[in-house]
Amino acid sequence: MIKWFADLVIYDWLGFDGATRLGESVHFFFYDTIKILFLLSVMIFFISILRSFFSPEKTKKLLSHRKKYVGNVLASILGVVTPFCSCSSVPIFIGFIESGVPLGITFSFLITSPIVNEIALVMLYSLFGWKIGTLYLISGVVVGVVGGIIIGALGLEDEVEEYVYQIQINDEDQGEALAQESKKEMWRRKIEFAKGEVKEIVGRVWKYVFIGIGIGALIHGYAPASLLAKYAGEGNPFAVILAVLFGIPLYSNAVGTIPIVQALMSKGVATGTALSFMMAVTALSLPAMIILRKVIKPKLITIFVTVVGLSIIGIGYLFNFVM
Amino acid sequence: MKITVYGPGCTNCVTLADHAQAAAKELGLDVEIEKVEDFAEIAKAGIMNTPGLAIDGQVKVKGRVPSIEKIKELLK
Repeated sequence: MIKWFADLVIYDWLGFDGATRLGESVHFFFYDTIKILFLLSVMIFFISILRSFFSPEKTKKLLSHRKKYVGNVLASILGVVTPFCSCSSVPIFIGFIESGVPLGITFSFLITSPIVNEIALVMLYSLFGWKIGTLYLISGVVVGVVGGIIIGALGLEDEVEEYVYQIQINDEDQGEALAQESKKEMWRRKIEFAKGEVKEIVGRVWKYVFIGIGIGALIHGYAPASLLAKYAGEGNPFAVILAVLFGIPLYSNAVGTIPIVQALMSKGVATGTALSFMMAVTALSLPAMIILRKVIKPKLITIFVTVVGLSIIGIGYLFNFVM
Repeated sequence: MKITVYGPGCTNCVTLADHAQAAAKELGLDVEIEKVEDFAEIAKAGIMNTPGLAIDGQVKVKGRVPSIEKIKELLK
């Protein structure tokens, strides 16, 4: 139906010729923009409803005093669904540690949540298909589980700033007023919340979607034969390591990274290499390190970057090998 | 009356402070708005997800930006 609409607008109303390069690029741009904005709106609505059943407080209770392995897997999965503002990682860290969530399990949560988010998934599914979207989702969870288990096993509790352990949280139950509402009221509130999320998120990211698809359209129509493939293609055994090293200092959200990834892949960069790059950009970034420095000491930051970096590299090689 | 806005200073926190200001003004209330940006203080108040809002020391909002209308209800 979207294709029919795009045909109608671009070819019939605006008079572009579908057989020309320009006509095809414009059609691609128009079709993809509508498709992604539509998918984003629908998906964010349903994901927000799902997410409204979770909160950092509930997650904290679920993870408190968990045993490793099971706890790491649970934390990583909860990292995907628990909603929180990206600037809240420090209060979440303090809240988790204070209530007895083990350090390694806290890290599983903090590693996975920036890698996997709803916007990234929608864009991956719509631009690359369900296979790569699912691979990305699973590998984001695996990196969190592995990273958290290793950090937990190293016994680094001393590398957390002392004041974190001394904080007493004023945790009175403030959910009381909401607990008394009826089912109908609850659903009305959830739907209102989800609608608000759609408006807020789509309102914030549509520009990046436009720019990203614009770049994508240009590359599809006009990019010359692959130069990158020579250096970052399947032939180069160090491609994954290079991609991760390049990705760490770059800071961008998933929406900004996906067009780059798409460009890389269309130029012949292997799937695993491209996914590792995207994970490095989202999971490891300088601003995130600077914020985390407020609660953990430099040694633990170094270990965190090393462990996550190596896990991402491992995932990249695995995918390049399998696919 | 005292309104406290908890958040490290990202867009959401700034918007919440603006909404609180606007709500108080519309109601003609004389309020003092305090911003808490220190992570330890934010965590101590029991807020894990910013932005947060407290009225006279009671935390009312965690992890979202309520509309001006919603804050007016809370202020009443």
